[in-house]
Amino acid sequence: MHELPITESILNIVITYAEKNNVRQVMAINLRVGKLSDLEDEWIQRYFDHLSKGTVAQGAKLKIERTPIKVQCNSCAASYEVEITNIGNTVCPVCGKKEGKLISGREYYIKDMEVQ
Amino acid sequence: MEGVRLIEVKEEILADNIKVATEVRERLRSKNTMLLNLMSSPGSGKTSLILRTVEGLKGSVRLGVIEADIDSTVDAEKVAARGIPAIQLRTGGFCHLDATMVTQGINALAANVLDLIIIENVGNLVCPAEFDTGAHKNVMILSVPEGDDKPLKYPLMFSICDVLLVNKIDYLSLSDFDMAVLRKRVLALNPNIRIIEVSCKTGAGIEDWIAWLKKEADAFRLA
Repeated sequence: MHELPITESILNIVITYAEKNNVRQVMAINLRVGKLSDLEDEWIQRYFDHLSKGTVAQGAKLKIERTPIKVQCNSCAASYEVEITNIGNTVCPVCGKKEGKLISGREYYIKDMEVQ
Repeated sequence: MEGVRLIEVKEEILADNIKVATEVRERLRSKNTMLLNLMSSPGSGKTSLILRTVEGLKGSVRLGVIEADIDSTVDAEKVAARGIPAIQLRTGGFCHLDATMVTQGINALAANVLDLIIIENVGNLVCPAEFDTGAHKNVMILSVPEGDDKPLKYPLMFSICDVLLVNKIDYLSLSDFDMAVLRKRVLALNPNIRIIEVSCKTGAGIEDWIAWLKKEADAFRLA
């Protein structure tokens, strides 16, 4: 539902980098988005297609990698993956302790972009 | 044809909002004003809860309110009618408040010395969970008619809040809402959340909510 402001931020960052690097055309943008986000890939692309008209990023494809939800154990520092419905009720597979902190799953990150 | 090259970006998409939210939090910390972000679906009782809170804190905590609404000033008028400084931000169709909008609200309240500012966020269980407003505490309301399955559908919201208020408990006898099931689902997402059952209509449970709020506001002032 909040794809629009997210997409605006993506476009602003992409245009800034495109100008700095003398880019003629942005072909693709590689994103990393956490699995805890409700973002719909299809809508980000649609908003992006609309917002990027007439810019150097017009027609660019958004490639979204979904990062897993990961918790790091407070006791032994091991990190492990958890399901979205169970993030507060995790048990460390290494030491069996329950307390841990979320270290991945909420990312909104631009890795890089493919340009000409 | 020119070859395709790769440019490293490595940028947080929400970096701008996180920066402004951090500024809001620090600015209010230095003024000893606690900022509380109240979130829920439309119609779950945010405004009713704020009106109950105004009554409950009278004479002990100096309160201000930032209301978000798509295009009306109804909520702020209700609060202001009780003598509380209230600002209405018209979000014009936005599905959530971001830290920049909250900054406008805080600027508009800056003439008042306040211990606590409550943000009534846009009615929505999805988007407000993703955008840091700069609040020191996050609180959500789930009302009984919405059902006990909501933690399964909106896990992020339940996992980021310090308090869950289960409102409209006066409807419990009319519904198949299972409080034990709800608690189990919520605690599986967030074992540290405080769950308080209330009815803004009858006033049941409101004293527990007010007691929590006063304790937190005192702790914040003394921190």
